Amino acid sequence: MAKALTGDGSAPARPAPLAVALKDAVVSGVITWLLLLPLVGFRATESGSGPLTLTTRFGLVTVFAVVVAVLRLVMHLTVWRPGREKRVAATPSALAGLGARISPLAKPAFFTLALLYPLLAVVLSGGLTPSRYWIDLGIYIGSYVMLGWGLNIVVGLAGLLDLGYVAFYAVGAYAFALLSTSVPINDFMAGHLGEGFWAAWSFWVCLPVCGLLAALWGVILGFPVLRLRGDYLAIVTLAFGEIIRLVLINWTDFTNGGAGIASIPPISFFGMPFSAGDDGFAAHFGLTFDPMHRIIFLYFVILALAALTALVTLRLRRMPVGRAWEALREDEIACRSLGINTTLTKLTAFATGAMFGGFAGAFFAVRVRFVSPESFTFIESAMILAIVVLGGMGSQIGVAAAAVLMIGGMEMLRNLSFLKSDWLLGPDFDPTLYRMLIFGFAMVAVMVWRPRGLVSGRLATIFLKERKTVSGDLVKEGHG
Amino acid sequence: MRRWETDPILAVDHLTMRFGGLIAVNDVSFSVGRGDVTALIGPNGAGKTTAFNCITGFYKPTLGRLALSHDAPASPEEVQALTANGQAHAATTGGALYLLERLPDHKVASRARVARTFQNIRLFSGMTVLENLMVAQHTRLTRSGLLSPSALINLPSWRRQEKEGLDRALHWLEKVDLVSRADDPAGDLPYGDQRRLEIARAMCADPVLLCLDEPAAGLNPRESAALNALLLSIRADYGTSVLLIEHDMSVVMEISDHVIVLEYGCKISDGTPAEVRSDPAVIAAYLGVDEEAVEAVEAEVGL
Ligand SMILES: Nc1ncnc2c1ncn2[C@@H]1O[C@H](COP(=O)(O)OP(=O)(O)OP(=O)(O)O)[C@@H](O)[C@H]1O
Ligand SMILES: [Mg+2]
Repeated sequence: MAKALTGDGSAPARPAPLAVALKDAVVSGVITWLLLLPLVGFRATESGSGPLTLTTRFGLVTVFAVVVAVLRLVMHLTVWRPGREKRVAATPSALAGLGARISPLAKPAFFTLALLYPLLAVVLSGGLTPSRYWIDLGIYIGSYVMLGWGLNIVVGLAGLLDLGYVAFYAVGAYAFALLSTSVPINDFMAGHLGEGFWAAWSFWVCLPVCGLLAALWGVILGFPVLRLRGDYLAIVTLAFGEIIRLVLINWTDFTNGGAGIASIPPISFFGMPFSAGDDGFAAHFGLTFDPMHRIIFLYFVILALAALTALVTLRLRRMPVGRAWEALREDEIACRSLGINTTLTKLTAFATGAMFGGFAGAFFAVRVRFVSPESFTFIESAMILAIVVLGGMGSQIGVAAAAVLMIGGMEMLRNLSFLKSDWLLGPDFDPTLYRMLIFGFAMVAVMVWRPRGLVSGRLATIFLKERKTVSGDLVKEGHG
Repeated sequence: MRRWETDPILAVDHLTMRFGGLIAVNDVSFSVGRGDVTALIGPNGAGKTTAFNCITGFYKPTLGRLALSHDAPASPEEVQALTANGQAHAATTGGALYLLERLPDHKVASRARVARTFQNIRLFSGMTVLENLMVAQHTRLTRSGLLSPSALINLPSWRRQEKEGLDRALHWLEKVDLVSRADDPAGDLPYGDQRRLEIARAMCADPVLLCLDEPAAGLNPRESAALNALLLSIRADYGTSVLLIEHDMSVVMEISDHVIVLEYGCKISDGTPAEVRSDPAVIAAYLGVDEEAVEAVEAEVGL
């Protein structure tokens, strides 16, 4: 504020934009300071059991006032600047141009970074053990990237609003948990293929099974539901997600109810356990045993699964079925007039999306080694859907960026301890409580800035001379 | 010659469509000749689009039979037998017979091979022109299955198939003069181009009967003339029968072999353009004037 005052003092008499802006900044800063003085500046706290004592927080008030002043100054010098011609047409094309220039680089850069991430984490955090937090975060983000890409098939490509995607995640996770801990299967495998076979191989054997089971459930759900459209479809899928969770809670004999299923065998390096023993991964490759090997391997497994999702989606988009999905999103009636069986096409989208959800579920179970209905609540579905919408429906790179931003950002908001300093909000302030609020604001801001998501354009799947990006304004969102 | 009497591709019998109390199409019977351009005309609200929706399977008619025969006309006995046995299609001596009212809409398009356009254009506006034409070939391209492995792993056999599809799309792009816009989003095209693209898209579905709902609506005279040429070429070069709804009399009189007139859901006239043009009932109904005023109006509209 002191700075703003001196600036105002030296301003010339003629109403230059800068002078107007500075004056406005100072005035609004002062008003804010005065307004907040009684509201924020004084605080009555109970001292032990005794009387109320008055504490003052002038520093905080000043901080708020300066924030307001600086923001208004910035706004006046940019957006509110008098005589500023609005570049309505120029701005998007410049942005699009920039996007076009960086987009060929974005994908390889993203993938390289994803591949090198564990190395970077280990080097930057100074060792395997300290890197655990970062690699766990990477796995966490990777799971959501994969889930986002899976749901993207249903919501982004086929335009079917699915609020119960977590159901397929749960089917995958429980299928793996039940199969891998099943005593009869273990005994059977032990009899035929040797002791310990099932513990070592269960994930690799069950992974495709889990995907197929989830896809099957996708078909079972989709069949009665896909004649509904829009809001009705959304509500029924939401209900389906809840039904699956309630069944998991209440069918105690089968799923062990709310207590969940524990002691799921850990992942193996294609049959080689990550153990300190002689037949373990470390001994086999001449490394010293470290529990982090398993974590890093998990990171690469989710990376591979996510890459599989992306590649399959990419391929499907260029096939008649993928084009039919997108055509369905654009105009269902026109699709039917061209002989596309819309029910079947929607079912394939549902089942394909569900299959990747099932893969991700199996991965979740083998990573956490414990599943319970708690992990599959509606908020998960909402989170995944938010990632898809924020990323830009249909865009793979956008969804990946959104997952990094949302999951990573949410995690980073845990580290707001600087707000605890005395002159800000005081040591009793718990920033983690506010992280959802801050996050909500950030989401609103992003959606105002880019209403069609981070990447709104749609890349054509086939071209004659050049592959063009279809602007997001023309691409429909689908309604059924 | 009256081909719709000797070799009908589509025979509509007693077609009736009721919406609650409103009878949009009332006991209408007519035939569409194989290889003809047949025009369905009538004032606004006469029930033309409703009849189209019944033929293309979008509405299930309240009453009536819609018999479509591939390759050669079906004998009355064959039609009768199929109607009686409750099935939707049967092989006949010369080809195949389909009862359209028994088929779901997508099968009318994929099996009976009836393609259509819409009164209000329905393109996939967020997809490119070329993609629109590729989607139209869905039935042909998914003959080996919706998720055929050869397409999934991009085998040469699939690439050959896709190349054929691309060639067909290119052929139609040339026909409607949109090659230069192939990679642009369909929603970006001007109105006249969108109309032509919709026709090209319908033709890419390889129909035996092409139903066009007001293809000349909103076109300027030059575009309208180009459309006439396109429709005549579709009939001459591909042998596709065309059934069109049209308000533009110059299009109707110039290119059609057979005209059917509807008013308030009922058929009021049926015949060659010359017959229909001179039918006083038609002029009175369609132009909304008394029979005394017919000559003046004819001069005005240039008939
Ligand atoms: N789905 C529907 N439900 C109820 N009434 C309908 C429906 N579709 C059409 N109608 C009614 O049926 C009548 C015939 O409509 P239709 O659209 O077939 O007319 P049209 O001959 O195509 O007219 P236009 O030249 O204006 O396109 C109209 O009165 C219309 O309101
Ligand atoms: Mg109409």
